[in-house]
Amino acid sequence: MAKLIVNGEAQEVQLPVTVADVIRENNVAQPEMVSVQVNEEFVDREEFATFQLNDGDEIDFLYFMGGGAFHFQK
Amino acid sequence: MFDFTEEELNRYSRHILLQDVGVEGQEKIREGKVLVVGAGGLGAPVAMYLAAAGVGTIGIVDGDVVDLSNLQRQIIHTTPDVGRWKVESARETINAINPHVKVNLHREFLEAANALDIIKEYDFVVDGTDNFPVKFLINDACVMAGKPFSHGGILRFEGQTFTHVPGSACYRCMFNTPPPAGAVPTCSQAGVLGAIAGMLGTIQAAETLKYLTGVGELLTNKLLTFNAKTMDFRKINVKKTDKCPLCGANPTVTQLIDYEQAVCDLHK
Repeated sequence: MAKLIVNGEAQEVQLPVTVADVIRENNVAQPEMVSVQVNEEFVDREEFATFQLNDGDEIDFLYFMGGGAFHFQK
Repeated sequence: MFDFTEEELNRYSRHILLQDVGVEGQEKIREGKVLVVGAGGLGAPVAMYLAAAGVGTIGIVDGDVVDLSNLQRQIIHTTPDVGRWKVESARETINAINPHVKVNLHREFLEAANALDIIKEYDFVVDGTDNFPVKFLINDACVMAGKPFSHGGILRFEGQTFTHVPGSACYRCMFNTPPPAGAVPTCSQAGVLGAIAGMLGTIQAAETLKYLTGVGELLTNKLLTFNAKTMDFRKINVKKTDKCPLCGANPTVTQLIDYEQAVCDLHK
C-alpha cells in the first residue's frame, strides 16, 4: 500500500495509480471542471491518464467556480 | 500633513486606532481607486465595505438591472430597486454609507473591447462577476496591464479566492482555459447560498484594503477555498508556471478574448 495526500487528507492506494485513477476514486463529478496539482506542480489535462503517482505524493484538486448565478434566459 | 476633517477622523476612528493602519493607512485608503466588476453577489459586499472603509474612488462596472432573484444575496440593492440599473442602485447605497466616496459608473459589461480602457485608471481590480468568460477577461486584462486584482468565485456552498500582483500566479496558471461550455454546472447543480457571497466578498474587500495599506500578507500564490457546509478553509499553494498560456514562457494568449457565455435556461 502507498499513501497519497489528496486535498490535504491521507488516502491509502494500491500502486500503480495515475491522476485519472485518483480523480475516479474520489468521485469527482465533473473531471473536466477540475485542475490538478501534484506536489504543487500543475499536471496537463492530457497527462491525467498517464501521470503515475508515488508514495507520499500530494494531490490537490482545484475546481472551477463561477458565480453560481448563471444568466437565465428570459 | 493629513487633511482629515473631524467628521472623517471620527468616521474612520476604528481604522485609525489600528496600529497597522493609523492616519497614514487611512490616507492610503482614501487615495485608493478600486474597480469592482459586477454589482452582484460578490460586488455588493465588496463595494459596501470599501465604501465604509473610505476608499476614495470606487468604480462599478455592470450593464444589468436589478432582478428580484438578485436580492437573495446582492445586499447593495433593495426591493424598491428592482428594475433599476445596478450601477445606479449601487451608487446610492455607497453614498448613503459614505458620501465622501467618489463613485464612477460604468454602465456596461466588461468586454475585450473596453476592458483595458476601463481598468487603466484604477489601482486595484476586484472580480465580482458570475461567469467564466469575464473571469478570464479580467485576469488577462489585469496581467497585460500589470494591475493587481482579487479573484473570487462561489458555487453552491463553496467559495474560492486569490489575489494577483504582477509576477504572482494568475488564473490561467491554475485554470488554463475556460471550461467547455457544456461542462459548466447544469442548472440543477448551480445555485448559491446567499451568505457565501458575503463570506467571500468580505475576504476580497479585506484583501483590497490590505493591498492599499500594505498591511499583512496577500493571498498571492495561494488559492483560498472554503466549504460552508463543514466550514473547512484551505489554502492551496500555487505557483506561477512557465506553461501558463498568458504569463508563461511561450504565451499563446496575446490579446483579450470574448469567450462564449454558457446560458442556462430556467424554463427548460
